Amino acid sequence: MIALLKRDLALAVRAGGGFGLGLAFFLIVIVLVPFGVGPQAELLTRIAPGILWVAALLAALLSLDRIFALDHEDGSLPLLATSPLPLEAVALVKGVAHWITTGLPLTLAAPALGFLLNLQPSAYGFLLITLLVGTPALSMIGTFGAALTVGLRRGGLLLSLLVLPLYIPTLIFGAEAVRRGADGFSATNALVLQGGITLGVFAFLPFATAAALRVNLR
Amino acid sequence: MSIWEYANPKKFIATTTPVLPWVMWAAAVTLVVGLVWGFFFTPDDYRQGSTVKIFYLHVPAAMMAINIWVMMLVTSLIWLIRRHHVSALAAKAAGPIGIVMTLIALFTGAVWGQPIWGTWWVWDPRLTSFLILFLFYLGYMALWTAIEDDDTAADLTSVLCIVGSVFAVLSRYAVNFWNQGLHQGASLSLDAEENVADVFWYPALVCIAGFILLFVALVILRTHTEIRLRRARALETRMRA
Repeated sequence: MIALLKRDLALAVRAGGGFGLGLAFFLIVIVLVPFGVGPQAELLTRIAPGILWVAALLAALLSLDRIFALDHEDGSLPLLATSPLPLEAVALVKGVAHWITTGLPLTLAAPALGFLLNLQPSAYGFLLITLLVGTPALSMIGTFGAALTVGLRRGGLLLSLLVLPLYIPTLIFGAEAVRRGADGFSATNALVLQGGITLGVFAFLPFATAAALRVNLR
Repeated sequence: MSIWEYANPKKFIATTTPVLPWVMWAAAVTLVVGLVWGFFFTPDDYRQGSTVKIFYLHVPAAMMAINIWVMMLVTSLIWLIRRHHVSALAAKAAGPIGIVMTLIALFTGAVWGQPIWGTWWVWDPRLTSFLILFLFYLGYMALWTAIEDDDTAADLTSVLCIVGSVFAVLSRYAVNFWNQGLHQGASLSLDAEENVADVFWYPALVCIAGFILLFVALVILRTHTEIRLRRARALETRMRA
């Protein structure tokens, strides 16, 4: 499992693209928002938590189709499926690798982009924590979506249609926790619920992902 | 008699073809009776006037939209566990009906909300969850149309349906957490002490029965179409070979 994780990470970093692209996309979306809604500082402060979360979610979406597509093209996916490692574990590792290459950088970059949107000082901690708790769920759900569409030639658009509705609960709890935390209310409930989603997703979705992969490899 | 016999498409068609016209007529009669009764023979609400009558379309459509998803979940499970081909096709056949029911519920809700709440749309938990349900239906049908191989498509959409059901329920409660709503609570619960008054309740029941019958008729019809489509395709490939 660790070897597979290392391989995936090395591929993601060396192939360029995936690693920096998500971050750049995140930055661009955040830069576009003030052009769209106007530069008033109070308005930006108010919408910042939600915008940061939505932008992070879209940036995570961007690299999803690469999770299995490259392996499918060069034939290493059937090899992985026949290896002694259960396919469920492969799915889990793929999700973790995706998180390390996109979710983690996004989480670390988010506070810096918070300055651009005039985020309240009290919200930075909550932003960091919710993204840290929530983005793994985004990666794992995305891995499931990628497994569903791996056999399709142009699965990219379909993938976003399938995955985005599944992101809704994570987004709601994430953005809500930042908003409540920033306004000085208790964010514990939202955070705990979000953590629950993340744990549940990692417990169950590898099985669904493996099932979808098996169907696609038939 | 068990449902496993009807995994044979021929048997399914042979059994349901004579039943189909009866279900269709029953659906037509119940719908006409229910809607006419509801629209013309019930008093206006003392606050909402005649706007209240949209309820005879809105409530059954909304109920069906949710229940059709549940039906798709059950048929998907039956397909995954027992490779029941007709079951998979019935799930596929039910999808577009579910989309239409969701749209009817959203549309009639908007038409009702405009005069009563003064707005076509609010981000109320119930309305929002319905919009999310609509998105789930869209994704489900998009996956069906995107995959060429029938069995692969049936497998993958079934998995999506199961995962989607969990997330749909999650979203429902997440949305509750996110915003308090304008929409009234459930008005037709079996266990509630106070429901809609009987004058409105009976025609509504007839309408709900009509919608259910209509759904059954449409699903049988569409499943027949799917079976025949698949046969036609099989014949085509055989002719080419």
